[in-house]
Amino acid sequence: MQLNVNGRNHEVDIEPEMPLLWALREAIGLTGTKYGCGIAQCGACTVHLDGEAVRSCSIPVSAAIGRRVVTIEGLSRDNSHPVQKAWVALDVPQCGYCQSGQIMAAVALLHKNPKPTDKDIDAAMTNICRCGTYQRIRAAIHMAAGTGKGGGSIIHLGSGSIESAPGISADPAIQA
Amino acid sequence: MKKIISEKAQHGKVTNLSRRRFVVASAAAGGGLALGLNLPFGSRTAAAQGSLASAEVNAWVVVKPDDSCVIRIARAEMGQGTHTGLAQLVCEELGCDWNKVSIEPITPGQNLARKRVWRDMSTGGSRGIRGSQDYVRRGGAAARMMLLQAAADRWNVPVAELAVANGVITHAASGNSTSYGKVAEAAAKLTPPDPKSIKLKDPRSWKIAGKPLKRLDTADKVNGGKKYSIDLALPGMLHAAIRACPVFGGTVASFDESKIAGRRGVQGVVKVGETAVAVVADTWWRAKSALDALPIVWDEGPAAKESSATIATRLTEGLTAGDAFADTNVGDAIGAIAGAAKQVEAVYSTPFVSHSCMEPMNCTVRISDGKAEVWMPSQNAEASMAALSAVSGVPLAQCEAYNHGLGGGFGRRGGTQDFVRQGAAIAKQFPGVPVKLTWSREEDQAHDFYRPIGQCKLSAGIDSDGSLVALHLRVSGQSINAHLAPHNIKEGKDRRQLQGLWPQPHDAQFGYTVPNLLIEYAMRNTHVPVGPWRGVNTNQNAIYLECFIEECARAAGKDSLEFRRAMLQRHPKHLGVLNAAAEKAGWGTPLPAGVHRGIAQFMGYASYTAAVAEVSVNGSEVKVHRMVLATNCGHAVNPATIAAQIEGSVAYGFDSLQSEITIQNGRVAELNFHTYPVARLAQLPKIESVIVPTYDFWGGVGEPTICVSAPAILNGILAATGKPVRTLPLKHSGLVLV
Repeated sequence: MQLNVNGRNHEVDIEPEMPLLWALREAIGLTGTKYGCGIAQCGACTVHLDGEAVRSCSIPVSAAIGRRVVTIEGLSRDNSHPVQKAWVALDVPQCGYCQSGQIMAAVALLHKNPKPTDKDIDAAMTNICRCGTYQRIRAAIHMAAGTGKGGGSIIHLGSGSIESAPGISADPAIQA
Repeated sequence: MKKIISEKAQHGKVTNLSRRRFVVASAAAGGGLALGLNLPFGSRTAAAQGSLASAEVNAWVVVKPDDSCVIRIARAEMGQGTHTGLAQLVCEELGCDWNKVSIEPITPGQNLARKRVWRDMSTGGSRGIRGSQDYVRRGGAAARMMLLQAAADRWNVPVAELAVANGVITHAASGNSTSYGKVAEAAAKLTPPDPKSIKLKDPRSWKIAGKPLKRLDTADKVNGGKKYSIDLALPGMLHAAIRACPVFGGTVASFDESKIAGRRGVQGVVKVGETAVAVVADTWWRAKSALDALPIVWDEGPAAKESSATIATRLTEGLTAGDAFADTNVGDAIGAIAGAAKQVEAVYSTPFVSHSCMEPMNCTVRISDGKAEVWMPSQNAEASMAALSAVSGVPLAQCEAYNHGLGGGFGRRGGTQDFVRQGAAIAKQFPGVPVKLTWSREEDQAHDFYRPIGQCKLSAGIDSDGSLVALHLRVSGQSINAHLAPHNIKEGKDRRQLQGLWPQPHDAQFGYTVPNLLIEYAMRNTHVPVGPWRGVNTNQNAIYLECFIEECARAAGKDSLEFRRAMLQRHPKHLGVLNAAAEKAGWGTPLPAGVHRGIAQFMGYASYTAAVAEVSVNGSEVKVHRMVLATNCGHAVNPATIAAQIEGSVAYGFDSLQSEITIQNGRVAELNFHTYPVARLAQLPKIESVIVPTYDFWGGVGEPTICVSAPAILNGILAATGKPVRTLPLKHSGLVLV
């Protein structure tokens, strides 16, 4: 069985019903894609299949044959993808475990909808983050999209003074 | 099948696995706690010591010739930002260049070998920074003094004449200049300074600590590069999938391994203790698929008769039973309530909830030639190593534990180490072979140590001018200590369950002054394992107290904020943080039509917190629009990280509103996220963090703000609907968060 992942062909000898997630993690060794629930609920396993965000835990690997699979490792090696840049600029991750899936979902959203509204983000970003990085995820998507919507952390420090977390304003250099 | 297993085992000696009876020191459910506290700290000269020695100025600081500084950290990083915060504190005192700082976690084996020079590695109770700030700052300061002394010796000038900034040492009089990297080797040979001579900087003058610096550990979390424990790959590694009896306390009666004979990749079936069965295979998916196909008969035991209904009945009985203990008894609360102009009474109930870390429980264990190793995500790596030693039979000095950054912790991966015990028991049957045990999400939901279930009966007396003259608060619920640390219960009184309602200052103090006050706890345990859940008992206690205070304020005809302010006058820090939240939220200012405010305050983990929520209710739909949360954590080491923790608090606090573990036939019913709702992005409000440190104590950050989130929202719902929500989650009141 041959799989095309991140532009490379991989010959794998695995059961056709093995979920794509486990083919990626265990047969090909790409562990950036995470197991979270196994039933397409949490989105930690999100990858792109021919450009569409899919939950790889619930797709048999046979369904990926002849299609292009892109994982988090395929976005960029040096964090130069605009969405990765925004994630770094806003210090989005806490534990980081769900962030591969969050980023892949965000990239797919911006591919379809380069200037998403908050409602668009609400509808597209259904991945679970138990650390609760959602506010920064939303802000990072706006930043990557260059929507001009700030957001992110709002911090009132001490009495009266107001600071914001790094990168609160949209940076035109990192638009998707 | 036995033969098949034997033949397939790559490393032999694995015959009759399934019938081998394991003696596991502690079963999966009900394991011991705080293993790290009782380690016998003998001397051990490990190879690790040599590897650490070269450029080491002291245990905390390594300076390399290129001026880069490695700061060693003992506490675990699970997303809370402790690694970056501790590095800031060391860097602040050290005076090195922040841009050249990196972090190196130490191992429990290294800590043991060096007589615990890095002290406590456990990371819980929001202690990561406050519990180690003093000695890590001193470590940084001592290293600075040694580096400066080395330069002074080289130039033969008094050390007092030297200055340092960003790792560059200068002597103004001579114009000499050098850098940390150039004097580190000489500094390392000096005698460390007398601890009494170390003077720490005034936190108000901090330049690195106290600033919202970027985290040091973000880069490989956005490209898939970070290796969590679950991602570990070792040569020849096998994978295990496990299932424990779904009924807590039940055991394995039998299983039929012939049904999975010949399945591709399967290496063996292992009975783990009396309670669980694991299938070992060459990949996890094959192990898990085979486990799903393996018929297992359980002896479910007497607990199979238990349900949420039987548990609720037991707790309700505790609300009026005679065996409660009074932790606070001031005046005559019961008499004063009876004699008051107005009485208010309510019963609240809060369910079991699960941690549901995104990275399921897992570890990899290799046991060979008198040596044992474990790779794991742990909040207490020393406890992990102790569990490994206990189960493997390998002495601690021949054990090592490699902690990975955790994919969520929230209190789940602390002292119990049930997954390490299981992993060690399985790996013991495959000598020399690393075996990675990974729990499925279903196993993770079914065998957690849940936030304890509770009910609370509250009664109040309000006098004719609308003041609260008497309060009686009786908690009836399960005890964490009874399950995990019974030695902490003195004379049958488990004070821990009243966290946040204690009269004593400094940790989790009840803030209100009420002339007649009775606070009681009736312990009502169940067969369900319970444990610390981020924020622990402040979560339910804050809901009980702050929702009921809101009911009292309304009964008294008082403004929610003013009613609280009047009772907090003797506790200025509680009052201060409440005022800060109210001010930034614009308490009393007009809101859009249909939007209502709720407020709450509480104390936990030595920090004072308050929250204001803006809420609307449309039919069954509850929308939280904005939340302002304030904390006085004493010192704010990294305001951006504190804000991240506050933002995360809201999401985790949402569990208190919408999540529930129920018990049916003795087992957990909610086994995955389709039946166990947790916070999603669309539900989250705009969150503002108000950080008001008073610089006179050290408080926690990771947990304290969670507990005010839910009651502030519940009080907003009460303001919107006029109806209190007393039974959680919200669905029992026909409400849903949108």
